[in-house]
Amino acid sequence: MSPILEVENLKVRYAGATSDAVRGISFTLGRERLGIVGESGSGKSTVGRALLKLLPGATISADRLRFEDIDLNGLSERQMLSVRGRRMSMILQDPKFSLNPIRRVGDQVAETYLRHFDVSRSAARERALAMLAAVKIRDPERVYGQYPHEISGGMGQRVMIAMMLLADPDLVIADEPTSALDVTVRLQVLDILDGLVRERGIGLIMISHDLNLVRNFCDRVLIMYAGRVVETLSAADLDHAEHPYTRGLLAAQPRIGGPRRPLAVLDRKPDWLEEKA
Amino acid sequence: MSVSVDVRNLSITFGAGPTAVKVLPDVSFSVKPGECFGLVGESGSGKSTVLRCLSMLTDFWQGDILLDGQSVRQLPLIARCRMLQMVFQDPYGSLHPRQSVRTVLHEPLAIHGLDDREARMRRALTDVGLPVSFLDRFPHQLSGGQRQRIAIARALILEPSLLLLDEPTSALDVSVQAEILNLLQRLREERGFTYLLVTHDLAVVDHMCDRFAVMQRGEVTEILPREAIADNHASHPYARELIAASLAYEGVRPATARA
Repeated sequence: MSPILEVENLKVRYAGATSDAVRGISFTLGRERLGIVGESGSGKSTVGRALLKLLPGATISADRLRFEDIDLNGLSERQMLSVRGRRMSMILQDPKFSLNPIRRVGDQVAETYLRHFDVSRSAARERALAMLAAVKIRDPERVYGQYPHEISGGMGQRVMIAMMLLADPDLVIADEPTSALDVTVRLQVLDILDGLVRERGIGLIMISHDLNLVRNFCDRVLIMYAGRVVETLSAADLDHAEHPYTRGLLAAQPRIGGPRRPLAVLDRKPDWLEEKA
Repeated sequence: MSVSVDVRNLSITFGAGPTAVKVLPDVSFSVKPGECFGLVGESGSGKSTVLRCLSMLTDFWQGDILLDGQSVRQLPLIARCRMLQMVFQDPYGSLHPRQSVRTVLHEPLAIHGLDDREARMRRALTDVGLPVSFLDRFPHQLSGGQRQRIAIARALILEPSLLLLDEPTSALDVSVQAEILNLLQRLREERGFTYLLVTHDLAVVDHMCDRFAVMQRGEVTEILPREAIADNHASHPYARELIAASLAYEGVRPATARA
């Protein structure tokens, strides 16, 4: 099958910065779940935002930036509006900050549908309710009329997932979708996201700093360091990573039942900055 | 120089009579001198509130909190601050952006009238593994891990014996978390601190703590030894669920899981 997304030599520079935040990364994405991991500041979120062109003021350049039949490179902001949210969408980290606090939850979900399809309000409402049920919200009618402060964090994140999947996109970018959630809720939310993505054959990019998460919920993993991809692995082989940075990240993680020796600390080598996988 | 902590029937109630709301129904636990005791539970379960009660940042609680047998309410402010110090979750929020490291570390010394200030500040920085030249830096010139080290140095400079750690690494990357956890381990070995560590990460508990309490809706559901995590020996259903979720998330399948 042809890939959903092809990225070649993507570079991003923020306005006023003296160097690139993302320094030439390339990857392709099929109907699979791709994880992008790295520390804060490694450029992983910038990559996700660059794909959706959500970086006002920043300069984005790439030799090739192809999403299905669209060349994202030459797309105007006006054309981008018909892609963003409709064919490609993004789930953000914290539902507390990404939902509008003064609008009803359900109206915010339905808005996506109203915006991209020529339907009546009641039809959009029906779709939104069905989607809320699909993310396993027990009483969609009640939740539809609630405000963001009335729902829990886990429910808020499910609402976000519902909102982002409502227009039936082909690619979903999830930027740390569960790091604001408790561990017991985290697994439920991930399972729901995973189920929907598989069922609908959506491509998923999971941006995270959490190696356990990408190990369990992704097929393939890109490891980013200082704006570059240093290693690409299948998630099952994460333990056999070869790059010292990846190995360092794995070793730095405390594990249940692990020895209580001091944890390994990353010894950052300057030549990692120039390496490319 | 380590203290024991005894928390007995700690509770917080708003209002009185039939409409009273108990936000923290009843918490009791005790920590031996030199022990590292963990408090885990989901958000809103009251783990941080317990630390705030212990440090008297929240003072409208009922019950008893004894440090080395002395009620924390009876301790004068100065003595209390010399005995316990707190490290907060977010080093981006807990350091004043317009104050240099020197100002941050100097203030407690001035309040407590301690002498030899320059040497104490240098020592505190060295203890947390930062160069002395960092005294003249401002928070925006520091990385997240360095900021948390400054927050720990600020807590150490009054030479307390009990450290209250409120999610000290949850805002940090794993690689930086490892440095901070190692630092806390080393300090405990060198100085024999008593630690009270609030976290939501059971892997951190397993790495750091001797025993831990699982909290839910303001109550301690179960107190478990660290060894109970790997095989999920918890008996309370919520504690079991929490440990099982953490194990599943780590990709570790417990050998004796009955879930």
